[in-house]
Amino acid sequence: MTMNQTIPTPETACPASCPASVTATRANLKADKPTWCPGCGDYAVLAAYQKLLENRRLPQESIVTLSGIGCSSRFPYFVNTHSVHYIHGRILPFATGLSLTRPDLHPFVFIGDGDAYSIGGNHFDHCARKNLQLTVVVMDNHVYGLTKKQTSPTSPIGFRSKTDPWGSKATPLNPTKKLISSGATFVARTLAADPAHMLAMMEEAMDHEGFSVVECLSECVQFNRGSYDAAVPRKGGEFPLIPDDHDVTDEEAAYSLTKKAFPGYFGIYYKVRRPTLNEGEAEIARDMQPRPKGLVASEILRSALERLT
Amino acid sequence: MKDQRITAHDEETGNHTAVRSGPLTIRDSVIRIAGNSQDGIQSVGAMLARLAGRSDMEVMTYMTIPATISGGPSIFQVHMGSGEVLSAGDAADILVAFYQHSYEEHLDTVRDGGILLYDTTHVTPDIDALRARRITPAGVPMTSLTIEILGGTGKQKGKNIFLFGLLARVFRLDMKKVRQLIRERFGGKDESVLRNALLALEGGYAYSIGDVMSLFSFETPSAGGRPKVSMTGNQALAYGAIAGGVRFGAAYPITPWTEVMEQLRQDLPRYGGSFIQTEDELAAISAALGAAYGGTVAMTGSSGPGIALKSEAISYAVMAEIPVLIVDVQRGGPSTGMPTNVEQSDLNLACHAGHGDAPRVVVAPTDVEDCFHLTAEAVRIACKYSVPVILLSDQALATRIEAFDMPDLSTIEPAVFDRNGTVPTHKPYPLDALTRHAPPGTLIEDGNYPNITGLEHDENGHPSASSKMHAAMTNKRRDKLSSLARELPVPEVYGPEEGEILLVGWGSTKGIIREAVDRAKSQGRTLSALHLRHLNPLPGGLEEIFMRFQKVLVVEMNDSDANGCGQLALILRAETCLKRIGGITKTDGLSFRVREILARLPKEELSTVT
Repeated sequence: MTMNQTIPTPETACPASCPASVTATRANLKADKPTWCPGCGDYAVLAAYQKLLENRRLPQESIVTLSGIGCSSRFPYFVNTHSVHYIHGRILPFATGLSLTRPDLHPFVFIGDGDAYSIGGNHFDHCARKNLQLTVVVMDNHVYGLTKKQTSPTSPIGFRSKTDPWGSKATPLNPTKKLISSGATFVARTLAADPAHMLAMMEEAMDHEGFSVVECLSECVQFNRGSYDAAVPRKGGEFPLIPDDHDVTDEEAAYSLTKKAFPGYFGIYYKVRRPTLNEGEAEIARDMQPRPKGLVASEILRSALERLT
Repeated sequence: MKDQRITAHDEETGNHTAVRSGPLTIRDSVIRIAGNSQDGIQSVGAMLARLAGRSDMEVMTYMTIPATISGGPSIFQVHMGSGEVLSAGDAADILVAFYQHSYEEHLDTVRDGGILLYDTTHVTPDIDALRARRITPAGVPMTSLTIEILGGTGKQKGKNIFLFGLLARVFRLDMKKVRQLIRERFGGKDESVLRNALLALEGGYAYSIGDVMSLFSFETPSAGGRPKVSMTGNQALAYGAIAGGVRFGAAYPITPWTEVMEQLRQDLPRYGGSFIQTEDELAAISAALGAAYGGTVAMTGSSGPGIALKSEAISYAVMAEIPVLIVDVQRGGPSTGMPTNVEQSDLNLACHAGHGDAPRVVVAPTDVEDCFHLTAEAVRIACKYSVPVILLSDQALATRIEAFDMPDLSTIEPAVFDRNGTVPTHKPYPLDALTRHAPPGTLIEDGNYPNITGLEHDENGHPSASSKMHAAMTNKRRDKLSSLARELPVPEVYGPEEGEILLVGWGSTKGIIREAVDRAKSQGRTLSALHLRHLNPLPGGLEEIFMRFQKVLVVEMNDSDANGCGQLALILRAETCLKRIGGITKTDGLSFRVREILARLPKEELSTVT
């Protein structure tokens, strides 16, 4: 290609002449054997994701799986798609760059509570307010697992860890409340121990136009065993679903749902349609398109330079 | 060429003009305009520079701005000429002083025999002091005349345009071109704005400043050659990135980098690309890496503090082998330092920022024209070798305006990635070839999709804790730089190929170092100079060149160690083990002057140094 290339548009990015793709199936999505501990909630998240992709009959090459750092973020090695294992806390801005430049893809991000709410907390707020087209699944286990039991931003008060041997003193962050106030346009909460509910939330998140987050409680059996029993009916707990009459577009109503004590509500807290940053940037690109149409990059640049003579 | 021309601004040649009868034809001149930052002197300076470019003259500018939003002293210096202009000039032929403080602060920068053009509304010069230095005073009531011309609005605005007219008269500039420029600059606005600007211009042009007019006339350069473009270093950098193929960028505002991102934000959509402002520096480089992974040629940039913040992701880019251009417009450091001053103190940061063994490429443009061409080349290198490339500009280069030949775009091949291709099989990290990522969307026929990762990995991108694999992959990442080094031409020596002293420089000091070599020659001392654009890896052949000189002095704007070596000097010492390498460094936050370099040379001929 030379300077005379025509500018790619979303329409020409994947021409109709694309060769026959292979549809994703649970069989061809299998990759490395997961290295999670036996009984870890993350297995169920992986299985739900693979089922989601299979249900959607997506071309395998069009799927992108992204992660940060932590137990959960080993995810990409266990699913055979285009995938990235990035650095701690920064996968959301990485996904931002990808989402904005590849309108033909829908990136999936899998991160833990450390990535999402601690080291990368600032990025979560900004991705939410920018309303980027992508889905984030936070595999929240209320503990730092990969580094072997330190306090996480969602650890409850009194949680004993290697960095809080006397019990955590700090108020845990309330993820759904935080995400709604940051401007996320889709906020759902689910539990890895309820695969059917989890899959339903992922389906809804993927279909959402905008920044969609699924806060997923995924039990760490090694360092936080039994932490979510209160939400598992077969262990004597209850799984409170968001009442059917909740208006998902009502921000105040969504906030009040976030106040319920643990295990809290499960389901879709908030869902609104707001222009995405992807749409905003595409609009700018359309408006700024040089006239006449069809100019190649070198011609546009030459005329820009000629204005400086 | 250079030494044959009459240089009116050169205080050391003694060719001052005031004592001659009749106007002296000069080939170049340095004008320093001193005022406050809201006086619009930058815009007059920029218009003078552009006019010089349009008149086939060489031009170079220099400016200082206060680190405050509004107010504070500011200067703009323009050096224009019909010969080769290498620097913004040591001493001014004409000082324009708007205020008493401008006059007091900058009178020292006027050469003996020069001209002081001052606003009588605000400045009372010491005539005796001027006479002692044969400086011709020319007082003009700039403020009150401007107010009179523009209908007594009482506003300070327009004084700069009045001055432009005045200078047009002094230098006998082509008024057709000047008026055209004013129309371009103010034409888009309210009609009264353009009318007032033209009135102020004509008022300045019509004003008679008597004696000054008889001092010299500016030589009209011979027309011909390629058309020239004039712009700042930051502008050239942005256009160079576009020419090189960059279609996505992300950054966080920081002085003096910000103008690059502002320009790309406005320009990239025209090329089907985009540039976004992120929440912080870490997000900026991460977004650039995400776009690059997606198959879009991408960049980020900042100044020193921001580059330091990006360093974890720089190591990731090395490990994951993702191409990205990272621009560092250096300023005075450490920490917040001196945001609007110049320094070359980020070389170590550029070469080593990050953790682990993380080889990356570092280049530094030498002037505004090179900001265009080297940025395009940096993009090419990043994409060819799947490596982060850090480009080191600096505050002086960022704000300096130069006129240079219209770039020949047909010679620049922009980098581009194939996004939706089909390949039978794909290894992201082959040990026997350069990494070339298959962006998402690429159909891989054998069904094995790649992992891009910061963990040490095997050829498929799967985690590997094998000691053999870590060694092999470390070699792979390092060998890319060796391949690049073999591609680089051995730099040319300016001046004799062997001798007593070789001045070595990098970045924005190229012109001033060459001017030092030229001036030393006119004073009977022979020097040579070598300028490096590629700093990591270094080009080959340097040791052989250094061996032909008794002393190698690295001129750089950063601090020196106990041996007098600055940051590049230390790197060159480590590379060549030559103790003859020393340094001429400074840390006053200002660009080098010719006389500062010459004053720091060893006084006598050196005996053999081993």
